[in-house]
Amino acid sequence: MGVEGIGARARRKEDKRFITGKGKYTDDMTVPGMGYAAFVRSPHAHAKIVSIDASAALDMPGVDAVLTGEQLVGDGIGNLICGWMIHSKDGSPMNMGAWRALEPEIVRHVGQAVAVVVADTAAQAKDAAEAVMVEYEELDAVIDPVAALEEGAPQLHPEAPNNLIYDWEIGHEAAANAAFDSAAHVTTMEIHNNRLAPNPMEPRAALAVYDTAEEHYTLYTTSQNPHVARLVLSAFYNVAPEHKLRVIAPDVGGGFGSKIYIYPEEMVCLWASKRVGRPVKWVCDRTEAFLTDAHGRDHRSVAEMALDADHNITGLRVKTVANLGAYMSLFSSSVPTYLYATLLSGQYNIPAIHANVKAVYTNTVPVDAYRGAGRPEATYLLERMMETAAREIGMDPAEFRRKNFIRSFPHQTPVIMCYDAGDYDTTLDAAMKAIDYAGFPARKAEAASRGKLRGIGFSCYIEACGIAPSAAVGSLGAGVGLWESAEVRVNPVGTIEVLTGSHSHGQGHETTFAQLISERFGLDMDAVSIVHGDTDKVQFGMGTYGSRSGAVGMSAIVKALDKVEAKAKKIAAHLMEAAEGDIQIEGGELKVAGTDKKLSFTEVALAAYTAHNLPEGMEPGLKEGAFYDPTNFTFPAGTYICEVEVDPETGKTEIIDFVAADDFGKIINPMIVEGQVHGGLTQGIGQALLENATYDDSGQLITASYMDYCMPRADDLPAQFQLSTHETLCPGNPLGMKGCGEAGAIGSPPAVINAITDAIENNALDMPATPEKVWQLCRAQMKMAAE
Amino acid sequence: MYETTYHRAESVENAVALLGGADDPKILSGGQTLLPTMKQRLAAPSDLIDVSRIADMHGICEDGNAISIGAATTHAEVAGSDLVKARIPGLAKLAGGIGDPAVRHMGTLGGSIANNDPAADYPSALVALNATISTTKRKLSAEEFFTGMFETALDEDEIVLSVSFPVAEKSAYAKYPNPASRYAMAGVFVARHGDGTVRVAVTGAGQNGVFRSAEMEAALAANFTPEAVAGISVDADGLLSDIHGSNAYRANLVTVMAKRAVAAAG
Amino acid sequence: MAHVSMSVNGKKVSGQVEDRTLLVNFIRETRNLTGTHVGCDTSQCGACVVHVNGKAVKSCTLLAVQADGADVVTIEGLANGANLHPVQAAFREHHGLQCGFCTPGMIMSAVDMINRYGPGNLDEKTIRHELEGNICRCTGYQNIVKAIKAASDEMAGMQQAAE
Repeated sequence: MGVEGIGARARRKEDKRFITGKGKYTDDMTVPGMGYAAFVRSPHAHAKIVSIDASAALDMPGVDAVLTGEQLVGDGIGNLICGWMIHSKDGSPMNMGAWRALEPEIVRHVGQAVAVVVADTAAQAKDAAEAVMVEYEELDAVIDPVAALEEGAPQLHPEAPNNLIYDWEIGHEAAANAAFDSAAHVTTMEIHNNRLAPNPMEPRAALAVYDTAEEHYTLYTTSQNPHVARLVLSAFYNVAPEHKLRVIAPDVGGGFGSKIYIYPEEMVCLWASKRVGRPVKWVCDRTEAFLTDAHGRDHRSVAEMALDADHNITGLRVKTVANLGAYMSLFSSSVPTYLYATLLSGQYNIPAIHANVKAVYTNTVPVDAYRGAGRPEATYLLERMMETAAREIGMDPAEFRRKNFIRSFPHQTPVIMCYDAGDYDTTLDAAMKAIDYAGFPARKAEAASRGKLRGIGFSCYIEACGIAPSAAVGSLGAGVGLWESAEVRVNPVGTIEVLTGSHSHGQGHETTFAQLISERFGLDMDAVSIVHGDTDKVQFGMGTYGSRSGAVGMSAIVKALDKVEAKAKKIAAHLMEAAEGDIQIEGGELKVAGTDKKLSFTEVALAAYTAHNLPEGMEPGLKEGAFYDPTNFTFPAGTYICEVEVDPETGKTEIIDFVAADDFGKIINPMIVEGQVHGGLTQGIGQALLENATYDDSGQLITASYMDYCMPRADDLPAQFQLSTHETLCPGNPLGMKGCGEAGAIGSPPAVINAITDAIENNALDMPATPEKVWQLCRAQMKMAAE
Repeated sequence: MYETTYHRAESVENAVALLGGADDPKILSGGQTLLPTMKQRLAAPSDLIDVSRIADMHGICEDGNAISIGAATTHAEVAGSDLVKARIPGLAKLAGGIGDPAVRHMGTLGGSIANNDPAADYPSALVALNATISTTKRKLSAEEFFTGMFETALDEDEIVLSVSFPVAEKSAYAKYPNPASRYAMAGVFVARHGDGTVRVAVTGAGQNGVFRSAEMEAALAANFTPEAVAGISVDADGLLSDIHGSNAYRANLVTVMAKRAVAAAG
Repeated sequence: MAHVSMSVNGKKVSGQVEDRTLLVNFIRETRNLTGTHVGCDTSQCGACVVHVNGKAVKSCTLLAVQADGADVVTIEGLANGANLHPVQAAFREHHGLQCGFCTPGMIMSAVDMINRYGPGNLDEKTIRHELEGNICRCTGYQNIVKAIKAASDEMAGMQQAAE
């Protein structure tokens, strides 16, 4: 492949196996003698389990065992946990109800597992699962999070009276109130953030193997963070001690957050593999995925913004009810708090902010981080408020934003975050130029001549990536440190293996990470391989989420590379009898500056391992590790502008143009960054126009397949996304990276909705902007115009 | 999927015999609706009788002033047929918009109409074009054939063999797809026949499957222009309502699609 | 149980399967060709697309017995030895894949699309419409569309050069 440095559009090293069908995903793994698991799931949203009769199922062909929650609890398997402690404003800790991997007593959402069947084939397991007779006594269910807080609502957990998990606040209430008392204008909105199902195309899967002689487990699974999975399975669920449990996350087909968490099914497979005495495989089908993968978003908010007479924002008050579903998933508590309300200042100088968040149990599947996690909710709320306030005061939405931009850094917001660097004017300018903002009125008039309503909408987003430093997240309640590790192993022949605790499930780490090494030593990309996703190979790592693999994961690699480079230079200096400071690395060679003396990288590596002639006291070998813990979150930001046309006859919205101007800090591989933005934008557009996980009042998930849950398809999207990037370096890490994985999903929904509400001149629109909703608003608008 | 027994029918007679000899059989043609239903365990036929390789049930030919299409002819074959494109372009376009390319390679005309999904496209074409359905027992008009949601006039031991579509003077189909499933939320097939009569058949919207709009037909017989139907709305009572669209919205879509179909028919 | 035999990527294969066995399971489990994936239960995602007798079909919506005697090509059979099919090469060149899970189905659908329209005859809008039966959650389709267009045009050039 040649040398591909920082900034090169290197084609991906991992692609060959995927385009030839040779990728190895969990479901592609087989082990001799393996059986298949199928879960018996609750058809009710809330019910007592009266009895479970497995006798008929046990008599069916190929069936090994039917295991229930009683046996699981009896074997000492622990409850599933939430790893981020949030305290309510009165200082009390969050109210966490018990969550068992197989529920023995009360089911709390449709699809919750109550038993597992292990059989010779997947079809036999499914046949038998259907034959397990479970008698339920139905209880009243509550689906709506606001209703769940009302008096008399069905109660989910005795630990959480009134279904309240926490009542949390951030910012300064008195200061915010004072701003409203003296406001010249107040904008108020009720804003819902719709519930989404993550839908990585590879459904979750697990293959658990127990070795009776070694008392050792191996779990192949669809995980974004295999080390965290091992830690949690060992330390909290008591499945096996860490040194007796190997977790392998091979090729993983997308995650978007949903594969961070340790779910009941993977844990049950591990436990069952020992109990049944054979390897156990489970592959989720799509409907099971809809019913059991953690959903995202689902906020109900009321927001108020105060402006002074000069159109400066003086205050923001937000009250949010966050639906966390029936149980608290692994990081669920952090999403509507520290990943959400800390971003409510956006790109703006807002002197006073107060936010109150109530997290609530309902009889729905757990809600946790999904691409963006909290930041899309904050951005959607703030950017709809900005557009609405601008319209109310009769100011151009771009100019209103510009007037309130933060321009001096570091900037301490009233909601914890301290922005380290940014340049919001430049990305706004770039986006406005790309979409030809000045030409919009003419385009609107032309569309009107065709009977179409054209609109334009802005979104100036900021987000926080990296989910680190560890001490900071620890002080906010995180149960783990969120650093990253790396190990750079130079082989005696000069090829390099980099072991990373980050995990790639589509992000292209095998390429971008290799570019760092290729650049540093001038080595061919083919001489570098990236190793990840196996707890036996990589010592420890925190995994990939929160756009952290670049800013945190690659920073760890850089630190390890620094050590390798220093040692290689020492060896080279010694061998060439030169001063260490005179050694330069260039084109795969270590050269003595100002002379023609040089050694190839391979020669130096070999010398490190033959160890015949090393500097006095130096250990042989060339292998270095590093742990990297950043000094701050990183703050990617940018401006997105969306231009739409609405067909008033059908209410259908077509996105005509979408412009994204992003500041991601240093970019390693622009091709991969663009791909991340394309995907993020599409998920955001999906949220804005198409996607909505919908339960009926009894708690049945109506959108449990692609027949009803609307996934964005190729023809739902504009011909081209116009992308550009502007680089202000992040001072918090050695490369100056900020992260690009979630920005598209964070920034795009308000741009789309602001464009539609501009087109139809009616602001009473919640996501998703389905054709029927838009059609109804168009009709209402036409009626009003006629009257 | 529950266990089932598969049979490949060698001939129409063989298929009828297999059908008579099984407990709870289903005809398998393209399988693009039946197999997903079975995978979801929503159908559990004891036996599947595959008619897709019976040569007599394939093919497209001109039959006087009509086009006859074998029941096992795939949507892709109908969409790609030069004969259909030339004589009944609305029908070719409809077939080319069913499902997706891979589904069209397997799914068949007979399978679609025998299932009579209320959101399927074909029923609207059969009714609007006044097609005749030939079965192993008899010939039926389209309106006799489609009797309700997922219901047809077919007896348990009766198999659709072919459909004869009279060539219309003008015809077109306009569909508003469900954004998720891409089935029709409202599909309107408009046909003006040689005798001056017009038929307007609606699929996707009705609680009982395909239906005609007499009011639109009369208006179009007098004046075959989009404006003629622009002011005519079908009664929202009797239309489907779900998370994707209320009956009122579907009623609106019927009018809009009717307008667009007339415009497309030219 | 039923006996099936067919050609898979040019090799004659046969085996005993349950009547209810889907073609995708036969390919994956009996033949260990795991490049063909299953991403949904409702025949919509297209991760399972293979070619049966030269046409793209969803192998999750076809019984193995239905394909008895057929000529089946999977993603593993697309390249000519070490030479990638132009569509495969274009997906890599244009970054038309991220996690890779939908990719085999995407590529098989793309090849079928180019076969049906003829090389060089695809525009952006047509490609998007033709991808109705293939869902990707990672790429936003932008680079997939680009890759298919590029492959189609390149294949037209190759055809011209051969003439």
